[in-house]
Amino acid sequence: MSALPKPARQLLTALPFVAPSIVLFGTFIFYPLAKSVYLGFFIDNPFHTRKIYVGFDQYRDVLTSSEFISSLLVTATFAFYTVVPSIIIGTFLAVLANQRLPGIVIFRTVFSSTLAASVAISSILWLVLLHPQIGVMNNLLGTVGLDHVRWLQDGGWAVSQHDNAFEMVLAWFTDPNWALIAVSLTTIWMNVGLFTVVVLAGLQTIPDELYESARIDGAGRWSEFWHVTLPMLSPTLFFASVIGVIFAYQAFGQIDILTQGGPVDATNVQLYSIYQDGFENFRTGAASVQAIGLFVIMLGLTYLQFRFLSRRVFYR
Amino acid sequence: MDELTLQIDDGEFFVLLGPSGCGKTTALRMVAGLDEPTSGSITIGERVVNEVPAKDRDLAMVFQNYALYPHMSVYDNVAFGLRMRKTSKSEIDTLVRDVATALGIDTLLKRKPGELSGGQQQRVALGRAIVRRPQAFLMDEPLSNLDAKMRVQTRAELIRLHRELGGTFIYVTHDQVEAMTMGQRIAVMESGELQQVGPPQEVYDRPANRFVAEFIGSPSMNFFDAEALERDNELGLQSDAGFVRLTPEQAAAIKTEGFKQITIGIRPEHVVPFHGDRDAMTFDGTVDVVESLGSEQHVLVKLPSGTITVRMPSDRRVDAGATLRLGVPAEHLHLFDADTQRRIGP
Repeated sequence: MSALPKPARQLLTALPFVAPSIVLFGTFIFYPLAKSVYLGFFIDNPFHTRKIYVGFDQYRDVLTSSEFISSLLVTATFAFYTVVPSIIIGTFLAVLANQRLPGIVIFRTVFSSTLAASVAISSILWLVLLHPQIGVMNNLLGTVGLDHVRWLQDGGWAVSQHDNAFEMVLAWFTDPNWALIAVSLTTIWMNVGLFTVVVLAGLQTIPDELYESARIDGAGRWSEFWHVTLPMLSPTLFFASVIGVIFAYQAFGQIDILTQGGPVDATNVQLYSIYQDGFENFRTGAASVQAIGLFVIMLGLTYLQFRFLSRRVFYR
Repeated sequence: MDELTLQIDDGEFFVLLGPSGCGKTTALRMVAGLDEPTSGSITIGERVVNEVPAKDRDLAMVFQNYALYPHMSVYDNVAFGLRMRKTSKSEIDTLVRDVATALGIDTLLKRKPGELSGGQQQRVALGRAIVRRPQAFLMDEPLSNLDAKMRVQTRAELIRLHRELGGTFIYVTHDQVEAMTMGQRIAVMESGELQQVGPPQEVYDRPANRFVAEFIGSPSMNFFDAEALERDNELGLQSDAGFVRLTPEQAAAIKTEGFKQITIGIRPEHVVPFHGDRDAMTFDGTVDVVESLGSEQHVLVKLPSGTITVRMPSDRRVDAGATLRLGVPAEHLHLFDADTQRRIGP
């Protein structure tokens, strides 16, 4: 061994230490990833008895199809609908729960309780809340004098016909996709528990003296929040935004239970579309291509978040 | 904290001194408006401020760990208080740069607190306080996180700063050297109670009770138990170290109040080589430990009953094991009532 050059010897020493990780990542991440790329080059029949090599043709066809573009838009909208509200509500509840009051532990428990609810339970709960006739949501709308909404049946802009891109953008604003909003409400509700816990943990790392110092410097409650709490919380909020986006792009259970991607494709986010193609239509190749597409998009989004958001983050 | 009545004069450098947990920080925080007193009133100038929130009291505070805003640059840290008070941008810029230059941190304005040394952070904290020119400066052990050398240097700077700004300083510390060197008046506190207020020298020379006597001075005062006793028509004290002769004033004070059990206190610098008749109290002992500080030495002398610490000039040679005969003149004895611990006589 001593005959080997130094870098090679170092590598040999390091290898046993990283071997467990390499085995785990290799089996469950790198191999499936490579296999997906490979499967994307083939079209096969539902029983996998025939396999035709088509090269990049399938990649081009699937990634430029209107179904894929539509699911891109639906997924991005879903992320937009869920991430920001989840963070705002989670932060609001965490700030409330961070007050030093008797019995505050009860509120902390309640605010974070959705963390303990499974996707299935949450979805069934919201299925009832969103019921067009007997649901609480429509009841509330009626109480404040608003029209009832056909929550899970109305796909809005995602199902209506548009002559051109401009009309579609206009419809995005004017013709709400109620089904997607309904799924988003459920998802926000599911997220809020975790986000409250995460932000609460972040709040508790902020030393009291900073608030006291700010008060003596003449800051009121709002200035304290804006100039001390928010900047000190920025790493936590950044983390929350990254996992929020990842959660949105990985959402599956609530969509499967509430809408199965419908009406038409109004809530057919990318992951759900991959599932349908792979395990209901048995188009393994097309599903693989979409999976690779989703992978690249997630990579890009995370990169963008680190690139642009992390500059506003202050790490101690 | 139980009860505390203090009047601090305009422009005074006032020190609250006491061991940890004595309530000095709590007292300061009440003045700052960070804690609320359960009863009583706090007045700044003519105004009772009990109901005034901290942000409107026009005070500045330097915290023990500085409490700089870690996400802001030095400039923004110093400017923060001015911005909260809606000072104009150009005025903020002038004020911040002036203060930074005065404190020697003008080259650090763009840095974040995390990139500064402890001494530099301390200056930023001071700068943040003085830039607003508040009615009073509150300081909570601001030197305790500095190393020994920086502490001595900053002590002198604080004295200079106080002279130049002419503001009221309320300074909390557990370090008697800081209190003695900087304070124009000091208040000694223990267990939430005020023990004594006065100029440092007065507190040192005439401690009001045994706690103050023991707390102030390094090495600490020596104490001996004694009993009042009449001998040959002269009132004196009987102690383990023999009969103690008193000055007429001391004897009169003991007589009029009828004290019986007395605690004698002797500062280490007042124990001197035996002089003969002049000494009220004499000790024979053997040298146990010699601590040389270069400029002086502290000698621990073993007595037949107990020990005594003696401060001596360093040119006097003493070796462990040597026998010494020591004495203390009567005017340097501090007498305390053993029951109440209060000072007796002049």
